Parts: sequence; C-alpha cells; structure tokens
Amino acid sequence: MFPTPIERRSAAVQRLYKTALPFAMVLWLLPLIAVALTSVRSAGDITAGNYWGWPTSFNLAQNYSDIFTNTPLGSYMWNSVRVTVPTVIGTLALSCMSGFALAVYKFKGNMLVFFMFVAGNFVPFQILMVPVRDLTLQMGIYNTVTGLALFHIAFQTGFCTLFMRNFIRALPVELIEAARVEGVKEWRIFWFIILPLMRPAIAALAVLVFTFIWNDYFWATVLTQGAESQPVTAGLYSLNGQWVAAWHLVSAGSIVAALPPVAIFFLLQKHFIAGLTLGAVK
Amino acid sequence: MSASRASRFNQRSLAPVLFLAPAILFFMFYVIFPIFQSMQISLYDWDGLGDKTFVGIDNYVELMDDEAFYTSLKNNVIWLVLYMLAIPAGLFIALFLNQTVFGMRLYKSLFFFPFVISQVVVGLVFTWFYDPSYGLLNVILGWFSLGPVTILGDETWVTYGIIFAGLWPQTAYCMILYITGLNAVDPEQIEAGRLDNAKGWNMLWYIILPQLKPATFIAIVVTVIGALRSFDLVSIMTAGGPWGSSRVLAYYMYEKAFSEYGFRMGYGAAIAVVLFLIMMIYITVFLVKMYRDEKGH
Repeated sequence: MFPTPIERRSAAVQRLYKTALPFAMVLWLLPLIAVALTSVRSAGDITAGNYWGWPTSFNLAQNYSDIFTNTPLGSYMWNSVRVTVPTVIGTLALSCMSGFALAVYKFKGNMLVFFMFVAGNFVPFQILMVPVRDLTLQMGIYNTVTGLALFHIAFQTGFCTLFMRNFIRALPVELIEAARVEGVKEWRIFWFIILPLMRPAIAALAVLVFTFIWNDYFWATVLTQGAESQPVTAGLYSLNGQWVAAWHLVSAGSIVAALPPVAIFFLLQKHFIAGLTLGAVK
Repeated sequence: MSASRASRFNQRSLAPVLFLAPAILFFMFYVIFPIFQSMQISLYDWDGLGDKTFVGIDNYVELMDDEAFYTSLKNNVIWLVLYMLAIPAGLFIALFLNQTVFGMRLYKSLFFFPFVISQVVVGLVFTWFYDPSYGLLNVILGWFSLGPVTILGDETWVTYGIIFAGLWPQTAYCMILYITGLNAVDPEQIEAGRLDNAKGWNMLWYIILPQLKPATFIAIVVTVIGALRSFDLVSIMTAGGPWGSSRVLAYYMYEKAFSEYGFRMGYGAAIAVVLFLIMMIYITVFLVKMYRDEKGH
C-alpha cells in the first residue's frame, strides 16, 4: 500500500484496506480492550471464570467507586500528582536556563557540560540506586513525595537540557545579537526574547516529562513505601498483590491510573510527538 | 564607554555560569556523583546500615562465579536482540498507517496508546493474558485444541513472554518515530523513483529507508536503552522467577541490594557497574555521532 496513496489504488484494494484498519486496531489493542471489559464485570463473573466473555452485567459505577472507597487508590493518585507536577515545573525551569546557556554562549567546556547531561540521561538507574537511596535517607526525605520529586527533577533535567539546547540553537541568532547591540541585559534577553519563543519546546517537554514521571515505577519502589507517599504505579502493584482474585477491581484501578497520561496525550498530541522525536526527525 | 564595555563583557562571561549553575549542581548531586559512589561501594561489603568493609575486587570475583549473573547477562542479550524487532515492526505499522483516509489521525493515536500507559499496567495486562487457567492466550490456544501453556511459569518461555509484552509499547514508540519520519519524505524523490520503475521492496530500500535514517537512528538508540533498562516488566510479571530464570542485570541488582533476599549493597553495586559499562558502549557511540553532527554544522 505504501507509499502509493490509497486513493490511487483500485476500489477493491481500498475496500480491503478500510476493513483491515479497524480489524488491525482491535487486534493491537486487544489486551487493553479486555482490561476495559474486565473492569466493568461483576465479582460474580470473576468467580465464575468469565474473564474474556461478554460481561453478564455492567458494574461500571460500582467497580469504579469501589476502588476509590475500599482501596487507597485515591491517595496513590494524589501522591502521583504531588510528585509529577513539581517535577515538571522544576525540570522545565532548570533546563530552560541550562539549555539557553549551552546554546547561546561560547565558553570553554561547553561541549563537555552538554555531553555530561546527554550521557547522564542514558545511564542505567541501577547505578544510581544505592547512593541516591542513601542520600535521600540522610537528608531525611526518604519515603516522602519531596524526596522522589527532587531526584526526578535532577534526572529529567539531563534529557530536557539536550532538547532545549537543540531547540534554542535552531532559533535565529540575529535576534540575540540585535538585542545585545541595543544593550539589553543577558537575563532580559533570556526572559523577554528567548523564553516566549521556547513555548513549543516547553509544551512538548511538559507533556513528555509528565508521562515519564507519572509512569515511573522503579524510583517509586526504591524511594517510597506505603500509601502515604507511594505513587499510583507502585500502589497498583501492591493492590494487585492484595486483590489477587479481584481482577475486576485491579483492572478498574489500572484504567484509572492510565487515564491522566492518556488524556494528556490526546489533548496535546502534537506536542507529545514533537518531544518524543527529539527534534531529530522533522 | 570602556567601563560599560568591560561590564558588558563581564556580564556575558558570567551569565552562562549563573544560568547553568542550578542544573549542573542538581545533576552532579543526584546523577554524576552517585555513579562514582556506586563504583566505590562496589569495592565494599556493606548491608546499607552498618560499617562498610573494604573487600577490593572480591565482589567482582564472586560475580565471575555467580550462575545467576550469567543467567541475567544471557537474558539481557536476548532482550537486546529481540527488542530490535520493535524497529521493523514499528516501520511496518507506520507504512500501513501512512495513508490519508477518514479517521486516520485517531487510528494513529490509538496505535500509539500502549506507549503512553505505564509498564506496570502493561505488565499486569500481560500477566492476565498469559494466565494458565483463564488467560486469553490459553482460551485462544484452546480453540485450536492446543495448550494450556504456562508462559510465565516455564523457564524456557518466561523471558520471551516478558519481552513480547515489552515489544508492544516499544513497537508503538518506533512506529511514531517512523510516522513522523514518513511525513518528511520527499514526494519528488518517490515520483522520480517511480519513473525509474522502483516498486515495493526496491522503493522501500533505495528511496524511503535512506530518508528515514534519522528516525532509524533514534529508534535504535531508544530501543537499545529500553532493552538494557528492562526492569519494570520483569519485576511486575515474574519478580525474576521462576527460580531466577527471567532475571536481567537491572533486576538482579535490585534483588541483591534491596529485597527480602538481603541488602548486599556492595555486590549490587558491582552488578550495576557491569550494566553501566555495557550501556556506556552505546552512550559513547551516541555521543560520537552527536559530536560529528555538531562539527558538521
């Protein structure tokens, strides 16, 4: 079919393509569709082993309210918000500044600093685990959302600096030169000229960092424990342990946990994809 | 006049320092120093609480004789190799979706869906999918009077089962990279190719793929790193089992340093150092390529 536009093909091929499309999509999303269906099943269906058939009754309201009233899922969700939002803000603030500095100024070691951020961002988490956990303990912020957010801010700054720096480099330099000739101070150039131009990059990274942090599981298990500080990923896993037979509830919980990043993705798709492709594939 | 020029010069040389300081300090504190601390800790015997005992390279020597380490290493290699399937699979779906029929935007978004949700959810979903008594896989196998199979309980299949789950979101990621890349493909070159009678494979190989090189490069980078970072799925789906057969280095490290099996921080750190060195190969390749691109500008 590629790269010939389908309109140029025969009517039969077009019809085939249009039938194959929804079919392929259902197949691709089958695991999720199954979970969505399971999340509205009754407990009776689960005990009877009706996991994949059509639900005998639709308990949407009951299952979804159950997970909020009978499990600490609500507080896990709230913890995720408390970790994710400050991380997004902190990361963007730090990386806007560092990206600006690396893109605009020529100084010794510029490339070295830049590569440090890039390399650090690819490092396996495990080599940071023991020291970071220890640090967090010593600072007295182990098992707090603050401790988790601070680490995330630092780590995500690596990736975001890479992106911001490349983005600013693609902006017209004449703007900055002209402002300098006028005698505009450096921080005012950053604040009034560059920052407004960075809006697309900021949007892209905000969406991306939100998703990464919301979905983080490793650091959530290493730096927190218990419902008072654990985010929803780790919470869901412990719920799964306690509710082994209650697939309908765990499914409902999974759907709820997945909703914020999914919603953000659908709302801000363009930015999300711009961030993911790192500006490398234009 | 000269005073103001001097102050402006000072300002300009001071500015990068001020703009960079917060990010560098944060990054040094939480990312760069811990790398070296881990290297140091790997030379000690330490339970994370009491005193550290210097043991030199003993942890590494022990690692050389640790069967579980080799199992993890072997599984990491399997991950690396099979994870690469996400790249052609992503390309295939991208080509399939590279049309402009009604509702295409929605289709593309829905295909990308698996990447947006947490690996914890993906892990749980696939654990149910593989469930030996009620799992959808066995229901389907049952239609063909096959099975039942216990994917996650079988030493030979477990790693492949987990990788398959991981390929789902990873393929979605590669797909979106290629869809974006395909948007930028030059239609004139396609027409020119068509005049030269390029079709199907030839068209793909000689005209489309060369133009998708940047997308392929990023896809390889993120896939390799994703494969070496694999932790979430192993932890959620099997916790390394059965009998440690689905461990990967990232998970084995965690298990040694931080689980009910003990708090051997030094030994865990040694495993992490090995994983880091493997990853360093890829990071270096990436940096060298970046450096060349920068020079080319």
